[in-house]
Amino acid sequence: MDALVALIVLALLGFVVWFVGMPLRRSHAEAAEAATLAEFEELEAEKEAKYREIRDADLDHRTGKLSDADWRAIDRELRAEAVELLRRVDRLSS
Amino acid sequence: MDPARKRTVRLVVALSAAVLLAGALVYTSFSASSEAKSPSELATSAKAGERYQLTGKVVDKSIQQLGGDGGIEFRVRDRDGSTSVPVRYKGSVPDPFRDGREIIITVSKKGADFVGERDSLITKCPSKFSDKPQAV
Amino acid sequence: MATLGRACLILALGVALYGIGAGIAAWRLQRRDVANSARRAVYAMALLLTIAMVILEVAFLRDDFSYALVTSHSSTTTPLFYKAAAVWSSQEGSLLLWVWLLALWSSLVLFLTRNRMRDVTPIATAVLAGFATFFTSLLVFSVSPFEILGSPPVEGGGLNPLLRHPSMMIHPPMLYSGYTLFTVPFAFAIGALVARRVDAEWIVATRRFALGAWLFLGIGIILGARWSYAELGWGGYWAWDPVENASLLPWLTGTAFIHSIMIQEKRGMLKVWNVSLVLTTGILAILGTFLVRSGILDSIHAFGASTLGVPFVILIVGLIVLSVGLVASRLDVLRSEHRLDSLASREAVFLFNNLVLVALAFVVFFGTFFPLITEAMGNRRNVGPPWFNQVTVPLALALVGLAGIAPLIAWRKATRANLRHSFTIPVASALTVLVVLVAVGGVAHKPKALAMFVIAAFLITGVAQEFWRGTRARKAMSKDAWPVAVVSLVRRNRRRYGGYLVHVGIATLFVGVAASSAFQHARDVQMKPGDVTKIGAHQIRYVKSTGRIDNKDGRIERIVLGAQLQVLDKRGKVLHTLNPTRGFYPQNAPFAPVSAMFDGEPTSEVRMVAGLRRDVWTAVAPDINSVLLPTAKRYDAALRKGIADGQLKTTEEQVLAFRALLGKLVEGYVEATPPANFRLIDSPLVAWIWIGGIIVFLGGLIAMWPAPDAARRRASAGYAARVALELAGTDGKVERPTLEQELGRV
Repeated sequence: MDALVALIVLALLGFVVWFVGMPLRRSHAEAAEAATLAEFEELEAEKEAKYREIRDADLDHRTGKLSDADWRAIDRELRAEAVELLRRVDRLSS
Repeated sequence: MDPARKRTVRLVVALSAAVLLAGALVYTSFSASSEAKSPSELATSAKAGERYQLTGKVVDKSIQQLGGDGGIEFRVRDRDGSTSVPVRYKGSVPDPFRDGREIIITVSKKGADFVGERDSLITKCPSKFSDKPQAV
Repeated sequence: MATLGRACLILALGVALYGIGAGIAAWRLQRRDVANSARRAVYAMALLLTIAMVILEVAFLRDDFSYALVTSHSSTTTPLFYKAAAVWSSQEGSLLLWVWLLALWSSLVLFLTRNRMRDVTPIATAVLAGFATFFTSLLVFSVSPFEILGSPPVEGGGLNPLLRHPSMMIHPPMLYSGYTLFTVPFAFAIGALVARRVDAEWIVATRRFALGAWLFLGIGIILGARWSYAELGWGGYWAWDPVENASLLPWLTGTAFIHSIMIQEKRGMLKVWNVSLVLTTGILAILGTFLVRSGILDSIHAFGASTLGVPFVILIVGLIVLSVGLVASRLDVLRSEHRLDSLASREAVFLFNNLVLVALAFVVFFGTFFPLITEAMGNRRNVGPPWFNQVTVPLALALVGLAGIAPLIAWRKATRANLRHSFTIPVASALTVLVVLVAVGGVAHKPKALAMFVIAAFLITGVAQEFWRGTRARKAMSKDAWPVAVVSLVRRNRRRYGGYLVHVGIATLFVGVAASSAFQHARDVQMKPGDVTKIGAHQIRYVKSTGRIDNKDGRIERIVLGAQLQVLDKRGKVLHTLNPTRGFYPQNAPFAPVSAMFDGEPTSEVRMVAGLRRDVWTAVAPDINSVLLPTAKRYDAALRKGIADGQLKTTEEQVLAFRALLGKLVEGYVEATPPANFRLIDSPLVAWIWIGGIIVFLGGLIAMWPAPDAARRRASAGYAARVALELAGTDGKVERPTLEQELGRV
């Protein structure tokens, strides 16, 4: 029984070392791409949040919590911010 | 009022409210609290009319049913000692309540007796998380 | 096999240590391969802990009494379902469950974020591995679940019968899931602070984890309350016990966080506050885990002083120092971008909600640790439920009020004129309820309960109004039929309408709490068969006593003594029959003298009539001391004499005689029953507490559910980036959909 257990433990140890070490063996140097990717996904997240804000304001307006004038002002501001975000995404891509 | 001043005012108001509430909290807690005492401490230094939180173990074979309106009488001793005090109690009796169990109960001294507050009897679950293996 | 289990724990500890190192190294060296390796270490850890967990489970299920844990916490007569759950009724088993759940959730989260937040996840991985290291160290060096007994006994000590209830078995895994899930946003907050990336991406990820944790912890708390009410012979669901409070604390700060994070998302404000909240919640979760097993506070759960106190205190202090230090050093990144526009905005209401929730958490914390604070000052003092109720009820009223106001106000800046449009109907509804309740009578003398009913009416009407108006707006845009429009509205605005539903659930829950606290009738009476007594709007007749012996697999499991009760209305008509009982368990031995049958833990079987309007709750404590136990002792003496005299020679004869005497004992109890103690409770609207909890759960699920489009888009964002980078090599500009198209698609 002990010998079997020892064997299993060794097998597990071997598997774990192999599994955990796998990325180190086929290493990719992706540092440069990583920075751009990070900024890209950050802009995506900000864009999503901005869209949600625009839709929230729209829903607030339709359910009567914002007057027409207030909503138009807020909507304009948010859309300008969204367009700016899209421009930054474009600049990043080029 | 310019925005900076507005912000300062809001901050002052908020902090004052917090201080007031904290003060009220501390005051009510002390006046509503009860001192924790063991049976030996209770036997010597209990004042009549004051509420105390008594912790100790139920003395073996001391549990008695009181007739009529229900209620029980039992003695509580120190966790590691033999000084015990008698307690009369009416209210819910937890399932694990029996000889030798550790209990917590709010009592007040009435004459020579200790009367437990209604429904204040708590019996600790028998120790499952002790580091020693359970006696079988 | 136990050696294999222990080996797995040691391996898991090693892998966890590697995870810490690799995570930190990956961050310092900015190397993706090392980060991937660290993540795989967490996966490997989950695998190893799963194997350990399986080994332990199998030991319990197979009644392998060579394991010390199985002997002390299980028995052959324990039903299978409870054998499986007995694993976590012990210190060692529950710690293993905790770290196993941690490993699973960590693996899931790291898998889901494997392509995102690459500067944050390495440190987050290291932190999660750090927690795992702590817990596996305890399991390896201090409290091993794989202790072997030299000579295994034939029978185990059995699972405490108090725990033989389905709720009690799901309660720890649910609570632990909540606690361990809260370590995830904690870890990601540490990672984000270290990497100086406390921004939109972090917000989205953290909020989802926090919401999941909040949901699980909430369910765990409600299940605990339900168990207390339905299983314990006390009839209450919340006692402000230190351990109950410990689970409530991270839930309160977690609720604050999932609200205030939305302010940061929209206005870039409260960054320091949010990060502090998330870190505090994680620390409170560890504190909660520690309190249950520390013995430092007098509690029904106080499982005796243990040696684990010191390591936990060191861990908690370390986490506090780390958190404070990190936040202080990153204040530049945490500067607010905007200020609050107006006090009449949803952001402002969320801010007040935060203040109330944090005040609630502070109050509960203060009351819970009051004994320790006062002990340090001299005399140890305690505060009880009356004080807790006194200070929390006003805050709870404010909370429900704010939750009712928020849906009616717009983000950023409410148009004052439109406020009237939004508030009129809910306020009118609240006033109507107030007038009706006062007129109907009997409610006005409980002002706090009345206030809760009125505010809840305000909230529920407000949410109904929101659903109505939103659906109407949706119909105007899409020309859908009503049901389709509602579904479509909720699907496209999950966060908002899921949240509204959660609020309705909370209001419902508090209405149930208020009604059942303020208008409850509870009595302890002694009755003999034939007696009738009054309770609330009903009468209870004690018809007769009951007694039976439960066998399982040829062994005696327990003796059940009880009462048959009839619930009558005021005129004496029988409405229901109830059979509360008390089960008496033996101090385990296959052959035991008659009186030892009553030496084990007795449990109450509560019986109640649960209705939407009220519960009638009954529990009985049969009197075994006056007649039954003395008789049992006489039977014991008779048995001993029979064996000594040689009349009962074989084991068979002895067992037969024993069973015959036991049967006679039970019959004797039923024939001549001494008065029994009953606890009777007539409590209105209790069912709405559980219904409220279900509504909260459903609302939370809806709020948490990712929109399918967003999920797909998130996945394709990475690819789009690569494509864009490649295309940039050429002269062509990437075709960008217009803003309208993007908004419409969403």
